[in-house]
Amino acid sequence: MKAEGEVRRAVRKLLASQPLAVLCSADGDQPYASLVAYAYSPDLKSLLFATGRFARKYENLRDNRKAALLVDTRTNRPVDFAEAAAVTAAGDVKEVSERGREAFLKRYLKRHPSLADFVRAPSTALFRLRVKDYVLVRTFQKVDTLVMQCC
Amino acid sequence: MKYWLDFSEIASGDLFEVGGKGFALGELARQGFPVPGGLALTVSAYRHFLRETGLEGRIVRELGRKPLKEMRWEEIWDAALRIRHLFASTEIPAGLARELRAAVGEKFGRRPVVVRSSAPGEDSADRSFAGLHESFVNVRGTEKILEKIVLVWASLWSDRALLYRRELKLDPAGSAMAVAVQEMVNGERSGVAFTVSPENDDRGLIEAVWGLNEGLVDGTVGPDHWVLDRATGRVISHTPAQREWRVGTVLKELDPRQADQPPLDDKRLKMVFDLFRPLEEYLGGPADFEWTFKGTRLCLLQCRPITAGRGEKVEPGERLWERDDRRPWYLNLQRSFANLKKLRERIEGELIPEMEKEAKRLDGVRLDRLSDRELRAEIKNRSAIRDRWREVYWSEFIPFAHGIRLFGQVYNDAVRPEDPYEFMDLLASDGTEIAGRRKLLEELAGLIRNDPELDRKLERGESGPEDSRFEKGLEEFMDRFGELSCGVSQCALGREGIVAILREMAAQPAREKQKKNPGREADFLASFSGERREAAKEVLDLARASYRLRDEDNIHLSRIEGQLLKAEKEAERRGLRPRTPKRAAGKQKPGSDGGAERPRQLTGQPANPGMVRGRARVVRTPADLFKFKAGEVLVIDAIEPEMTFVVPLAGGIVERRGGMLVHGAIIAREYGLPCVTGVPEAVEKIPDGAEVTVDGYRGIVVIHSGEFSSNQG
Repeated sequence: MKAEGEVRRAVRKLLASQPLAVLCSADGDQPYASLVAYAYSPDLKSLLFATGRFARKYENLRDNRKAALLVDTRTNRPVDFAEAAAVTAAGDVKEVSERGREAFLKRYLKRHPSLADFVRAPSTALFRLRVKDYVLVRTFQKVDTLVMQCC
Repeated sequence: MKYWLDFSEIASGDLFEVGGKGFALGELARQGFPVPGGLALTVSAYRHFLRETGLEGRIVRELGRKPLKEMRWEEIWDAALRIRHLFASTEIPAGLARELRAAVGEKFGRRPVVVRSSAPGEDSADRSFAGLHESFVNVRGTEKILEKIVLVWASLWSDRALLYRRELKLDPAGSAMAVAVQEMVNGERSGVAFTVSPENDDRGLIEAVWGLNEGLVDGTVGPDHWVLDRATGRVISHTPAQREWRVGTVLKELDPRQADQPPLDDKRLKMVFDLFRPLEEYLGGPADFEWTFKGTRLCLLQCRPITAGRGEKVEPGERLWERDDRRPWYLNLQRSFANLKKLRERIEGELIPEMEKEAKRLDGVRLDRLSDRELRAEIKNRSAIRDRWREVYWSEFIPFAHGIRLFGQVYNDAVRPEDPYEFMDLLASDGTEIAGRRKLLEELAGLIRNDPELDRKLERGESGPEDSRFEKGLEEFMDRFGELSCGVSQCALGREGIVAILREMAAQPAREKQKKNPGREADFLASFSGERREAAKEVLDLARASYRLRDEDNIHLSRIEGQLLKAEKEAERRGLRPRTPKRAAGKQKPGSDGGAERPRQLTGQPANPGMVRGRARVVRTPADLFKFKAGEVLVIDAIEPEMTFVVPLAGGIVERRGGMLVHGAIIAREYGLPCVTGVPEAVEKIPDGAEVTVDGYRGIVVIHSGEFSSNQG
C-alpha cells in the first residue's frame, strides 16, 4: 500500500481531532454557515453530518447540493496565529437514503454516540458530502490542496 | 484506577473513588467491626460506562433543553425518567461488564446482596444525600446485580437528586456515583441504636423489630424501645411495641410466638450495647447505627455520627433517624404506595363528594331573590369557598399524580419498553367526564356531517327542528357541561360558539383515537408472579385512579368556580360591580415595535412523537378557541381539561407548561398528535397565523419566516 502523503496525513489528523465543523450552504446567492457534528470515512472521500428537516440548512441543501465544511483547531488564544490549522472540504451533498443508511449511521454514531436520539429521529436527515477537494491552511499562510475527485 | 475494590482493600486515599458509604464500610471492616463483606464499584467504573456508551453527551443534551432552574418539577421528572430509561437500556461496555461479572460472581455467587448508592463528596454535616439515590435489597445473581448497579448509577440523575443539587447550586455534570454491593444478611431481628439519647446525654437508645430493618426505617413496623444507662448498659426502661408485623422479603404478619416476645433478649441487647463505645471512639463522638442479628451473629449495617437534634424533646412516635432531615419538600416526591392509597381513599371518599355537595348547595341558592347586600356577601362567601378548594386542589389532588409516576417506574423496570412513556397507554380511559364531553361533541359533529341541510341552517344562524337529535343533544351538552365552560366559552359565546366548533369538526372526517395495544396490560402483569402480580395489579389500579383524577380534577374545581361566576354575573347584571376579568389562556405581550429580532426555532420537551407543519392558532383568550380551524397547530400557555374539545381538530400542540402529565401531552398522546410542551413563552414568541413545524420527536418548534398572517398579535 502506498504511504500516505504529508497533506493527507495532516488532513486526517485534523478531522480526527475535532467533533464539530462549520457547514456552508447557499440560500440562493446568499451563503449561510452553521455548526454541525461530523464523521468521516476512512478513505476521506466523504463526510457525514445530520440536520433537522426543518432547519434552514436542510432547505438550502435541498435546493442546492453544493456545500463546504470547515474544520479548524483554533483555541481562541494568541498562539492560534502560529499553530491553528483549518481544512475546508468542498463537494456535493446527498441525503443518505434508506438503503445503506444503517452503515452510515453506524459510522456517524461511533463518533457521536450521544447523538443517537437526534440522528435516529424521523425528523432528522443524514447527509453525506462527497468531497471534491480539501484545502488545508496552516499558520494562516501555508495552503495545500488535496484533490479527492478528478474532473 | 480499578473499577472495583473489595471492602478489605479500601485505603485512606480512596474516599473520592468509592464514595462516603463504601469508604465507611471499608473502614469499619478494617477496624474489625462485624460488617458484612462486599465490593465497592468505583467512580471510574461509572465514568467509563458514561464515556464509552455516549451517555455522557446524551445526558448533557437531555438537560440542556432548558436551564434546570427554569424547569417545573414535572419537567425535571420527565427528564429524569428519560435519563433513567437511557441508563436501563444501555449495555455496560463489554470490557467493564466482563470484569464486573467476574468480581461479582466470585464474591457473591447466588447469595443475596444489597446494592447501595455511594455518591462521593456529597454527604457532609450540612448536606445529606441520604435516601436521595436508589438502593436495592435482596438482589440475587450476577446479571440482576449488574442491572441494579446501572439503576443506582442512574439515580444520580433522579428528579429528587437534580432538584436537591439545583438548590445547593451543585453542577450535576460534576457529580459521580460509586456503588457498594454488600452481602445481605437476612436478619431475624434488627434495629437502630443511638449511643446518646437526644433527650439525655447519660442515656443511650436501642430500637428493635422482628425481621429486617426496612419496616422500622420506613415506619411500617413499630419497634420495641429501650433506654439504657450509657455508662453501664443497665436497662432504665423498656417500652414494648404492639408487635404485629415483620419485614422479610415482604411485609408479613408476625408469628404469634414472636409477637409475645421482645426482639432482643438480655444477651443480644448487651451485644448491641457493646458496640456503643468502640463506634464512638472510631467516629470521635455520638453515633447512630443500624444492626441486624442472624442467629447470634451480630452485623453492623451502617453507622454515622449524630450531628443534630441533641438536647431536644422527642415527640411520641417521632422517628429519630429522620430528625436531622430538614431537607426540602421535594425529597418526599417518592410517595409510598401506602401513602397514595390513603390519599386516594380521602379524595374519592371524602373530598370529591364534599365538593359536589358544596356545588349543589350553592346551585340551590336563588341568587335573584337576594338583596344587593346579600348578593355581595354571597360573592364573598363563594370566593372564600373557592379559595379553600383551590388549596385542597394543590395540597391533595396534585400530589396524587404521583400514582402515575409510581406506576411508570414499576412498568418500565418490568417491561423495559422502547418508549419510556408506553405505560401511559394503560391508563387512558373513556370513562372520564372530559372524555364523555368530547364524545358528545363528536356525536353532534357527526350529525351535522351527515346532514348538509342542517349544516346550511346552522350556517345561517338558524336552529334544527326542535325535537331533532341534534337540538336535543346540543341542549343536553349545554345542560351537562355548560357551567364547566362558563369561564371558558359559553358564557361569552353560548350556542353560537359551540355551533361554530361543531361545524368545523363536521367539515373534517371523524378523528379516531389511537388504537391501543390490547396485550400490553397482560404483558405487564405476566412479568410478575404470585403475590408480586397482585401488587402490580394494585399499583396499576391506583395509577388509573390517579390518571382519571388528573383528567377531572379541574372539573370538580370548575363547578365551584362556576358558582362564584354565576353570582358575579348576577351582580354584573344588576350593575353592582364590574365583572372580574376571566382567566386568560395566555399572557398578552405589549405591542411589538417591529424590531428585527424574531425567533426561528424554539425548544421544549418532546411530549408525543410526530411532525406536522401548519398554521399556528395562538390561544390567548378563551374566545380564541372558537376560531380554531381544522389542521391548525394549537399554541397555548396551558391547556385545561375543559379546553381539550378543540384537540380533535388540531394538527399538533405546543404548550408553554411542560411535563408529560400536563393535559396537552396526555390528550396529544391519545390522538397521536405531535406535541411539544415546556416551550418558554410559546404564546409570546409564536405569532398567531405563522406557519410552524412541530417536531414531536425532538421537542422543537420551527417558526418559518416570511409567512406571517396579517392578524398577528
